[in-house]
Amino acid sequence: MRIIGYICDHAAYSAADLAGQSGLRYSSDVVLIRLPCAGRLDIIQVLKAFRDGADAVFVAGCLEKNCHHVYGNIEARKRMEQAKGILDAIGLNGKRLEMFNLASNQDFKFKEIVDMMVKRVEELGRNPLAVRA
Amino acid sequence: MIIGEQKPFKELCALLDGHKEILVAGCRSCVAICLAGGEKEVGVVAESLRLYSDLNGKEWRVDEVTVERQCEKEFVLDLIERTKGKDAVLSLACGVGAQSVQSLYPGIRVLPGLNTSNMGAPEEQGVFVEKCGGCGDCVLHLTGGICPIVRCAKSLLNGPCGGSQNGKCEISPDVPCAWDQIYHSLERLGRLDLLEELIPPKNWLPSRSGGPRKIVRPEAVLTPVEKELRGAKE
Repeated sequence: MRIIGYICDHAAYSAADLAGQSGLRYSSDVVLIRLPCAGRLDIIQVLKAFRDGADAVFVAGCLEKNCHHVYGNIEARKRMEQAKGILDAIGLNGKRLEMFNLASNQDFKFKEIVDMMVKRVEELGRNPLAVRA
Repeated sequence: MIIGEQKPFKELCALLDGHKEILVAGCRSCVAICLAGGEKEVGVVAESLRLYSDLNGKEWRVDEVTVERQCEKEFVLDLIERTKGKDAVLSLACGVGAQSVQSLYPGIRVLPGLNTSNMGAPEEQGVFVEKCGGCGDCVLHLTGGICPIVRCAKSLLNGPCGGSQNGKCEISPDVPCAWDQIYHSLERLGRLDLLEELIPPKNWLPSRSGGPRKIVRPEAVLTPVEKELRGAKE
């Protein structure tokens, strides 16, 4: 299983880091990609991840109204909603993509996000492109 | 500017069925402003098509390019190298752009990726509204700078009609009554006297009913000799 997590440098990365420091265990199938802001993420990068065989992708940014870059997390959510629609149209279930907001001290929430995405892949099955590869 | 929107993704896939070498061609002008066919949208559509192809074994090879203005020959001619070996161009430009590509590359099938809608303007981010009907006989000077041809549902020249209620049109509470807007615009301009001037039946000859319209500026047209001197592209 391969899950890609695009996480913002401010809240989400700190939460992931804290999860490690706190000794919280989460799946090693997750590959985290650090972004300066969730708003930096484009739909193309999400589609490329799926084309390269990702079973699921999640995006994690700051809490709403608390974005380090003011509204990057809101932009990211809008784009991800659009990307979910594209995935549905393509035939890859849009539920393979999810956007989350969390604060830097919510290490437990980061673990919950990863657990949720792992469970979702188990429910939806692998990305056919990953299986083929 | 010309406003259009992308066709649904499934429709794009159906259009491309049976083709293998595909070029997704965008335009950096109007359709980029209305977020339908600029460089970014081309990237998303091309990547979506690649993903769809990989998942469904279509073996599409999808290339992407965006030109400055797809409606002008000079820019479309730059696509010579990029169109080599392609059997379909999915144009994310307006209908004008798609036709320009088709006329310059008659051996390649050009498919419209957008539904071209109207001539309008961005009202706010993500909202685009029709403003001009291109009727060929402008009356904006009489109507406070508001076009009654497209902004009034009935294209009334001497409105408003009885369906104008509280500044809204009877077709929808979201649509402002053009003649209410015209009244207030003329009021601001201190030219309500213009409302007393009856606009006579409009001359529709320069409009769409006479076949494709053509405007020739004789002073700008190049003679064959001038074309040769300037190295103009045919």
